[in-house]
Amino acid sequence: MSQALLTVIGEDRPGIVAAVTQALFTADCSIGDASMMRLGGYFTIMQVIDYSRDLGSVEMALDPAIKRLNLRVHLDPIPSVAVTAALPNTRVTVYGADHPGIVAGVTGALAAIGFNVIDLESESSGSAERPLYVMVIQGYAPDGIESVRQAVLPLREKEGIEVGVHPLEAAVF
Amino acid sequence: MAVLPILTYPDARLQRKAEAVQVFDDALQQFVRDLTETMYAGPGGVGIAAPQVDRPQRIVIVDVRPKLGDNCHGLMVLINPELLAWEGMAVGREGCMSVPDFTGNVIRAERIQVQAQDVLGRERSYECEGFEARAVQHEMDHLDGFLFLDRLVSRKTDLFRRKNYQKSR
Repeated sequence: MSQALLTVIGEDRPGIVAAVTQALFTADCSIGDASMMRLGGYFTIMQVIDYSRDLGSVEMALDPAIKRLNLRVHLDPIPSVAVTAALPNTRVTVYGADHPGIVAGVTGALAAIGFNVIDLESESSGSAERPLYVMVIQGYAPDGIESVRQAVLPLREKEGIEVGVHPLEAAVF
Repeated sequence: MAVLPILTYPDARLQRKAEAVQVFDDALQQFVRDLTETMYAGPGGVGIAAPQVDRPQRIVIVDVRPKLGDNCHGLMVLINPELLAWEGMAVGREGCMSVPDFTGNVIRAERIQVQAQDVLGRERSYECEGFEARAVQHEMDHLDGFLFLDRLVSRKTDLFRRKNYQKSR
């Protein structure tokens, strides 16, 4: 088994996930971690696939779906390494009046303390006159949650945003 | 005393609805001792429900002292437990001895009042909050055949969304 990262982008419409995953199934691929979501008016898929044949046959299997749904597809072979990354221990929630620089400001402050972003979801929301930006980050803070609070608190005034920092502990019952 | 084997998903026995305990005898006490030992031997070590060891009876044990120290009720043996009241909601990441190597976000009530019988059949009532309340709710779900997998929520629901809110015409 070899692994690849598959990227799919296309104008959002019903049936994209079904067409792509059915094609992968017929090409003997199995799907690992995946993120599939609408961004703007586009539907996006990024997923790790395991394939047993060659990448060419995967592309060939996807071809009818690509043509029918007008998709753009990209396949990157990746080395199959065991996942050893740390689990997220912190969630950072951000919201505020939308303006350029929120993401750069917040993630810059996080990077400075060695915070590893594992998952970032954001969206522009609100009305056209009062645009709102909402972002949820999950990641691993090597020096603990207090270091994250210290790092992002100054952004409240500087960027005019609300920032929440919450512990993320997986409790095993 | 004995550490009992834990059923793991996908095992259909985890999805059975458990029966109420009717008889409070020595055998029950022995089972509760074994179940308690099994809980302490587990990776979390803070909660367990009888269906997890293939005994479809309404028995839950919770002891969150490993996590909270003495700031909790300590060892709670909850037999035929019922939620009398709950309030508040919180998202928390949960894992389960019966679902190895997977954790996910689950919404639980923040404060609960639970009524149950103890191992001798006496009525007991507890008010729990936070982590302890979460543990009790997680274990009580096992009695109705639910796993935390049945209650997973998307990360995005951490913030309430009202986008694309449309009035019906």
